[in-house]
Amino acid sequence: MNEADAALVTGAIKKYYLDHHDMVPTPDKISRREFGYQVGGGSMVRHLSYADERALRVMLVGTAPSDVYCSNACYRFPTFAMKEKSWLDASLIFDIDAKDLGLPCRVGHSILVCAECARVSPAAAGKCAACQSQKVTVRSLPCTKCAAASLKEVAKLREILVDDLGMDDSSIHVYFSGNEGFHVHVDPGSFDALGSRERAELADYIMFKGAIPEAYGVPRAPGAKLGLPGPDDPGWRGRLVRSLGAAPAKKAARAGHAEFQKTLGSAGIGARIDPQVTTDIHRIFRMPGSINGKSGLAKVPVPDGSKFDAYTESCLIDSAKVDITAECPHRFVLGGRRFGPYSAKDTSVELYAAVYMICKGFAAAR
Amino acid sequence: MKGFGTLEYAQYPFLEGVGRYVKDSGFGIEQFGHDSDLIPYVDRAMERIMAATRGQIYSSELDRGDIDHTLLDKETFSFVIAVIILKICGKHSLIKRFALAESRRAEKFLERNLGRDSGGGSTTAKVLAELFSVDVRYNPRGYAIPISDYIRHSAHFHEREWKLVNRMVTGGDVLLSAHQAVRLLRHELGNYIQNHITRVSAPPMMPNFAGHIAKLNEIAKELEPEYVVVSGEHPPCIKHALEVLKRGENLPHSGRFMLATFLFGRGWTVEKIAPLFKDAPDYNERTTMYQLKSISGGDGKTRYNCPLCDKLRTQNLCHETAECNGIVSPLQFGTRRK
Ligand SMILES: [Zn+2]
Ligand SMILES: [Zn+2]
Repeated sequence: MNEADAALVTGAIKKYYLDHHDMVPTPDKISRREFGYQVGGGSMVRHLSYADERALRVMLVGTAPSDVYCSNACYRFPTFAMKEKSWLDASLIFDIDAKDLGLPCRVGHSILVCAECARVSPAAAGKCAACQSQKVTVRSLPCTKCAAASLKEVAKLREILVDDLGMDDSSIHVYFSGNEGFHVHVDPGSFDALGSRERAELADYIMFKGAIPEAYGVPRAPGAKLGLPGPDDPGWRGRLVRSLGAAPAKKAARAGHAEFQKTLGSAGIGARIDPQVTTDIHRIFRMPGSINGKSGLAKVPVPDGSKFDAYTESCLIDSAKVDITAECPHRFVLGGRRFGPYSAKDTSVELYAAVYMICKGFAAAR
Repeated sequence: MKGFGTLEYAQYPFLEGVGRYVKDSGFGIEQFGHDSDLIPYVDRAMERIMAATRGQIYSSELDRGDIDHTLLDKETFSFVIAVIILKICGKHSLIKRFALAESRRAEKFLERNLGRDSGGGSTTAKVLAELFSVDVRYNPRGYAIPISDYIRHSAHFHEREWKLVNRMVTGGDVLLSAHQAVRLLRHELGNYIQNHITRVSAPPMMPNFAGHIAKLNEIAKELEPEYVVVSGEHPPCIKHALEVLKRGENLPHSGRFMLATFLFGRGWTVEKIAPLFKDAPDYNERTTMYQLKSISGGDGKTRYNCPLCDKLRTQNLCHETAECNGIVSPLQFGTRRK
């Protein structure tokens, strides 16, 4: 990103934080949190602390960071080096990323930005179409299918959190990350004191990972009596039978312990969270309401139950027209408008779209 | 106050309220130590200790369901006296064996009582709550334990059946059988008893105890284990863990895991590591070998790496010194240049 690009993006972000200061809720126990940020997508500044809401606002407007993060953990000394922070607790967080879902639509909305010549090629090309370089970065364009599939995982996660882990539905807060993923924040509760290893157990549970046939009524000894769960059984027991169907479940169980183990492994019923995010108890996590520097879109709450258009709701940067040069082989929809394809041409677009394309690396300010 | 009675005190004589109970019954350590009428209590205390030194679990009329009031008091008092004798004697090897044997004994009562209980607010559930700060509730499907309490204990078990995904989970609780509930907590029972003994202060020698203590000193000499000599190049966390084991104290599972993964990282074999654990209060050769093998990545499983310093800090296993020189893994100790 050159100077003109950076000025355009930083200016837009500064205006966003001036106009939308109510979008970024102040974390509770703010003085116990570690903050961090990047400016212009540059290196991360960490171990920061803000005494109150005002101090946080001053930083947001004054620095206009491309990305701003806050720990889900509380520390006695949030600004100290990690090992001296004195960790107190951390609320649960989950990350569901469309990238990890292996969807067939991906290739159709991924583009390659060349590290050598900065030109843009479709993902199908496999390398830079202009200079043949292999040094390319994959960037993804908005995709409603990806968003819908991710939200399906969010719904699975929510069901497990409420039915199995006993959480109150109102304590679960879902956000669109502003780029490709969804973040789930859980209000403080009984899990906050758990360490990383304990959280890994929770993550495995949520992903339905590590299940053994014995626990689902299929003993190791051949010919031993089966005790398959019923469809109304709580937790994974019931969910497994409902997903397989009673008759196929019985058939799989009769095929023996080893076969049933395979059935468990391929059931695909777990919620596909990123376990590293959940088990990292020292993470700083993108703040709700903040701008995502990978896209210029905001991390916005996803209301439960209603229809949610991620790529409209998160488009909160100004829509004044600006001039850019853009190159993008695919059409995409942002803020309810269509953009592209562009073949390295000068054009004039809404500021939010300009910021989006500059952040993604396929446009430059003019 | 907690609603425990003579029966609970007899079965779980290490409960907080026992000291008060003994006092309220009109007895004191001085009397047990001097009064010749009370020698039968002292003899019974000695029976308990002797059984433990032989690796046995002391059993009495109480196990067979006799709940006569004088018998119950005899059970309670004999435990209290045994602890005093052990404290005066001061031999870790004996205390360790005693704590282990007594925890096995209590475990039997816990399991038996839980199996009989029905309805919430049972006395056994109260005992568990007092000992482990775990909220156990009876439910028609089993014993309900909050998930966070369950994981705190189970996350360090290596058997896959203990994974949360392999348990009945509903509404924030894990449902366990009485047997499973006791197994979940048994590891801590030994710790609890050992800590209880540690906190008791040793009174001066008393006539009723003198002969017994002389005998115990003899036995302790035979039991005093020989140690594997370990070179000094280990980082302080590992040295500390080795010392804990040497003293015959309990090293938590996270500590054993750290020690084993560290030594595997240094190229030690299962056979070389296993003997280090033989003085642990709950040592069981088969279990130890099994656990070491599964950590080592034998049987085609994934090999576990030694946890990083950050992690060990959160587990209170780090005993950093200047020599650590800012390493991030214990395995880097002494290997870092400049
Ligand atoms: Zn190129
Ligand atoms: Zn897609």
